[in-house]
Amino acid sequence: MSDTLQNVKVGDVLPTLQLAAVDRTRLALFGCASGDLNPIHIDVDFARKAGMPDVFAHGMLGMAWLGRLLTQWAPQSRLRHFGVRFQGITHLGNVITCQGWVTEIADVNGERCARVEVATVNQYGQVKIAGDALILID
Amino acid sequence: MIDKKWIGHPLAATSLLLERGRLCAFARAIGETDPLYTDLAAARDAGYADLPVPPTFLFGVELDAGTVEKMLADLEIPIARILHAEQSFTHHKPVCAGETVTVQSRIADIFDKKNGALEFLVKTSEVRNDNDELVAELRSVLVVRN
Repeated sequence: MSDTLQNVKVGDVLPTLQLAAVDRTRLALFGCASGDLNPIHIDVDFARKAGMPDVFAHGMLGMAWLGRLLTQWAPQSRLRHFGVRFQGITHLGNVITCQGWVTEIADVNGERCARVEVATVNQYGQVKIAGDALILID
Repeated sequence: MIDKKWIGHPLAATSLLLERGRLCAFARAIGETDPLYTDLAAARDAGYADLPVPPTFLFGVELDAGTVEKMLADLEIPIARILHAEQSFTHHKPVCAGETVTVQSRIADIFDKKNGALEFLVKTSEVRNDNDELVAELRSVLVVRN
């Protein structure tokens, strides 16, 4: 893996990660396992009172999927920084694809790193989460 | 409006023993298929002492313990009005099952946009392991829809 990473260059595209459509079961499982029990993600009555049409995915579920995208490409021990902006709500029924591409090779704190831009995109082409990661490449 | 007196306020330190079973449940919930995250032998073969903690897992430590809930109550922010705006992790050292991590957060900033229609709360956190080594730093931005 690290031999391959040494040859990483700007423009390289990470293998995509395709997820199944978001459903209520997924949100219940993620709520319990992640510790985020905000009822807006699991209780439709609560969500409607809060002015939402229905429950919706935790932002951190999408970020965890992006984490999978990164760690299937490079060992986690090489991940130095990972940050995202939650740009839109991931709704029930959204079929998310995680995408990543290398935008820069740079020395960061004395380490040679690849900057990888990442995004979650639903089946309608809407970007829900966008961000970047710094991954040690040698 | 959130009282800006809270800027700089430290939250209670929060510790969590990272249990294998919990990490497996997290892996299942996010659909993780790499055995590294659920199979001890695979983790050890990869050079980890135990199951590694996935890149975003540590965000949940303060949720689990009710630390965030108390912060929202103190700042009088209804949970129904918050959305997660930004999140980042800086990883300094791997963390594995069996370790206890301690998260120490502070409220780094509070500001608003659109004449107060949206308020933003910035929380920064340091995560340390049993040996008091800094393993990760987190930055969270929550938005409150007024």
